[in-house]
Amino acid sequence: MSDSQGPIWEVFIQKKPGQPFVHCGSLHAFDKEMALQNARDLYTRRGEGTALWVVPSSAIVSSSPEDLGPFFEPANDKVYRHPTFYQIPEGVKHI
Amino acid sequence: MENVNSNTNMEEWFDAKLQKNEMIEPKDWMPENYRKHLIRQISQHAHSEIIGMLPEGNWITRAPSLRAKIVLMAKVQDEGGHGLYLYTAAETLGSSRDELLDALHTGKAKYSSIFNYPTLTWADIGAVGWLVDGAAIMNQVMLQRTSYGPYARAMVRICKEESFHQRQGYESMCHLAFGTTEQKQMAQDALNRWWWPTLMMFGPTDDKSPNTANAIKWKIKRESNDQLRQRFINQTIPQVEYLGLTVPDPDLKWNEEKKGYDFGSPNWDEFMSVIAGNGPCNRERLKARVDAHKNGEWVRAAAKAHADKTKEMEFAA
Ligand SMILES: [Fe+2]
Ligand SMILES: [Fe+2]
Repeated sequence: MSDSQGPIWEVFIQKKPGQPFVHCGSLHAFDKEMALQNARDLYTRRGEGTALWVVPSSAIVSSSPEDLGPFFEPANDKVYRHPTFYQIPEGVKHI
Repeated sequence: MENVNSNTNMEEWFDAKLQKNEMIEPKDWMPENYRKHLIRQISQHAHSEIIGMLPEGNWITRAPSLRAKIVLMAKVQDEGGHGLYLYTAAETLGSSRDELLDALHTGKAKYSSIFNYPTLTWADIGAVGWLVDGAAIMNQVMLQRTSYGPYARAMVRICKEESFHQRQGYESMCHLAFGTTEQKQMAQDALNRWWWPTLMMFGPTDDKSPNTANAIKWKIKRESNDQLRQRFINQTIPQVEYLGLTVPDPDLKWNEEKKGYDFGSPNWDEFMSVIAGNGPCNRERLKARVDAHKNGEWVRAAAKAHADKTKEMEFAA
């Protein structure tokens, strides 16, 4: 929603180089430069991260909670996707 | 969603989720009153953080040392951040930032009554950090487990930042309490004035708190006003004793049976009158906030004009 404070942006922080970016919250800003500066001031005042992403909230597509069941259902009956499904003879190592 | 599931089904789904201590997220179905309760509580909380910057900001230019000044600036900046985390949490419930601010500026929305008291001496800044932030922490630690996801996550972040607020306040009280006679007197005077308003921060007693039942049922709050107030007193009195100061309550007494302090009743008439807008600083605080918003108008307009122009140029390129 855009209002007199500018549109909403979602902020993602990478704690340390090599780690995934994790959502930490949102903020208002008029453009991407301002969004990045606001994100720095708002979410990294204590060295919480080494890199930031800001994304316009309106650009995010999310699954909806009501189809939580059917949407993820295809994964539920595929136990063979997990390593524990397979039996390895005793004595065989490093596998 | 009403076309697929009847409201009763959804209500059962919602209750079951709460029962399992699962968090409610923005896109989940929720009862209208749950949504309303949260918007009211979270925005009130956000307003308190923002208005709370004013009594402390009052002393930034007069801090007694450079160290004290940078500490106070960092704390006040944190409070601004807390307000922003909370506003965005409230916005996930479908309220716009403009609506929330407008409710504050027109006096429709409330904020914590504690910030309508003046900070008269430097000792008040110590007392506020120690007592007011201490009481807020008590409440906010509980809210880390509140049932609404965005609110709970904002609280986790806030709690991490709060502990420095309380510690710097107590450190400042130590300097005064172990300083000259005049300094100790200043510390005692600040404690005298902030003690009761701090206890009122937890809200009315349980039998007179209209919103508590729903808040507990919906797991927005996990403990009642009286429980939190009692825990705060039990925790704080030893800290008062260490300073060699006393609280202005003749009824305060250790109760061995309940392993807690008995204490007198705050002046609830005063509480109601401050909430109604007649505290010592209500008008001043609201005016300062409205002025700040008005004075920022040209900044917002300029930022928007700049953003529009850069977008145009991007398309043209
Ligand atoms: Fe705060
Ligand atoms: Fe604080």
